Amino acid sequence: MGKPVLLVTRQFPEAVEARAARDYDARLNTKDQLYGPAEIIRLSAGADAILCASTEKLDAATIAALPASVKVIGTFSVGLDHVDLPAAKARGLPVCNTPDVLSVATAEISMGLILAAARRFGEGERMVRAGRWIGWKATELLGAQITGKRLGIFGMGRIGRELAKMARGFSMEIHYRNRTRLDPALEQGAIFHGSDESFLPVCDVLSLNAPGNEATRKWLNAARIALLPKGAVVVNTGRGMVVDDAALIAALRSGHVAFAGLDVFDGEPKLNPAYLGLDNAVLLPHLGSATVETRNAMGFLALDGIDAILAGRNPPNRVV
Amino acid sequence: MKPRLVVARRTPPAVTERARTEFDALLSEEKDLDLDGMLAAVGQHRADALFFTSNLKLNAEAIARLPAHVKIAATCSVGFDHIDVPAAKAKGLVVTNTPEVLTDCTADLAFTLILSACRRMHEYDGIMRPGWRRRFAMGEMLGIRASGKRLGILGMGRIGRAVAQRGRGFGMQILYSDVQRLPPELEQGATYFEDFRAMLPQCDILTLHAPGGPRTDGIMNAETFGLLPNGAVFVNAARGALVDEEALIAALTSGHLFAAGLDVFRKEPDFDTRLAALPNVILTPHMGSGTVETRNAMGFRALDNIAAVCAGRPAIDPLWS
Repeated sequence: MGKPVLLVTRQFPEAVEARAARDYDARLNTKDQLYGPAEIIRLSAGADAILCASTEKLDAATIAALPASVKVIGTFSVGLDHVDLPAAKARGLPVCNTPDVLSVATAEISMGLILAAARRFGEGERMVRAGRWIGWKATELLGAQITGKRLGIFGMGRIGRELAKMARGFSMEIHYRNRTRLDPALEQGAIFHGSDESFLPVCDVLSLNAPGNEATRKWLNAARIALLPKGAVVVNTGRGMVVDDAALIAALRSGHVAFAGLDVFDGEPKLNPAYLGLDNAVLLPHLGSATVETRNAMGFLALDGIDAILAGRNPPNRVV
Repeated sequence: MKPRLVVARRTPPAVTERARTEFDALLSEEKDLDLDGMLAAVGQHRADALFFTSNLKLNAEAIARLPAHVKIAATCSVGFDHIDVPAAKAKGLVVTNTPEVLTDCTADLAFTLILSACRRMHEYDGIMRPGWRRRFAMGEMLGIRASGKRLGILGMGRIGRAVAQRGRGFGMQILYSDVQRLPPELEQGATYFEDFRAMLPQCDILTLHAPGGPRTDGIMNAETFGLLPNGAVFVNAARGALVDEEALIAALTSGHLFAAGLDVFRKEPDFDTRLAALPNVILTPHMGSGTVETRNAMGFRALDNIAAVCAGRPAIDPLWS
């Protein structure tokens, strides 16, 4: 019997593609073209499984039209916004994702953005690289100290808790806002806030680590920004839609928010162009999970799920 | 009568304000004083005290030219490579620095360089400024994870230990080398290497926190960079003179080093601009102590030392005792 057939919809890290090619008759996307629904349906003819990413929209119609040979979908993501899960369930098609493995890498980017924004790395880097560095002045390019400040984490899931652990090494006082209070074992001394009114005024640094949904859409708006202490630092590595961009941009211009670090944007990759000229913001192109270790781990976990389903087992990362 | 003070450098507003209030101060509000300007000002003002920073080189000749009414010279820095200590001692001049107050911010900056270099944050920011507009393949533009890595620290003084503390929050294994092994309560489980060279092959990330001087000049050179594992990350927020920059550029160009983060250079501010042409290096303009909080604290500490000596009390941070 030949190897099972696997449709791979994007270009994945080398080690992941090597494993896919070792274990499967893998249909790789070597040019990393974005596949629409019609291409996915066409290319999965005779395939046993699909390894996709969050860029592939698997809506109800697409799932219904997939060939009967497809027995499992593995998505290279934690998020499942792109897959119509009820449709998959109705069809009896298992879906596996990649939880946990990217928490540390994403928390690292949160901490990195807190530091880089507060210490004005964007400005300093551009000044030095352009040859505009003319000498040390006691008053130039002064940033904000991070050690010992109060860090407010909006969304205390796995990533938020990893961030809290890192921030404790900087002697930060951890506050958090979450739907429910955590168990003391997970809380580790972090201070829970049951309302925005008590939470926001203590955030010298505010890190957004909440999922994107209707409840969090434009949560950080002008009214809530006004509750932050003057000169606060705002960092977002969760979802772009959680921020009202116009309000944050206005606050960065007025200095009420002194510095921002952003890895995610509403409508990305078409971000609000007003961000591009702001010197007090550090901007990253949604690369929170972009380490070799993490991307390999994500790919391996998605493949583990596919392997297990095809072998008749039930993997822990199965969501449908 | 208030003590007479010359402030040879522009200072943050809060420090200027305090100097003006507590002292009969001659301030440098428009421009910093050079050596001749400082000596002239000190003479005219019949100063009891001098507030200065590392841009003024107090060598033996400069110290000989200082009038006898100057009792204390307070440098607003932790480093004192710019001061001829034996000459000052022989003259009976009290010299002080500002230790401790910049430990946290300098450690924060070193750690920012570690994270930025590992995670390519400056390259990413450079992609964003023209507008992004392009998707990356899942294997493209990847950085390396800093968490859980082996962090090597050369120089385990206050700043080195503060960096170690931050590294522990990232689950890093801490290795260090210094002239002496630390007591266990300061070591906190870090692994000591008497021989710096023996530590290098085990460092996924190497950060320098050693003082300058002949013993450490060029300690990072072609041989020592070669001892690091392939793909290592290198950070220097200590002293530019610790590094042979020719060897560093070669290691970054060949890819032996994955990336570097540099806050200090052999020549500043006119550093070797070949570094600026490399994508895998992040450069900051010697901003280790560059926060409002720390610069104020440094200035206040220097003024505290001056106030103590002028009042006939011992200095808080004398360079010798």
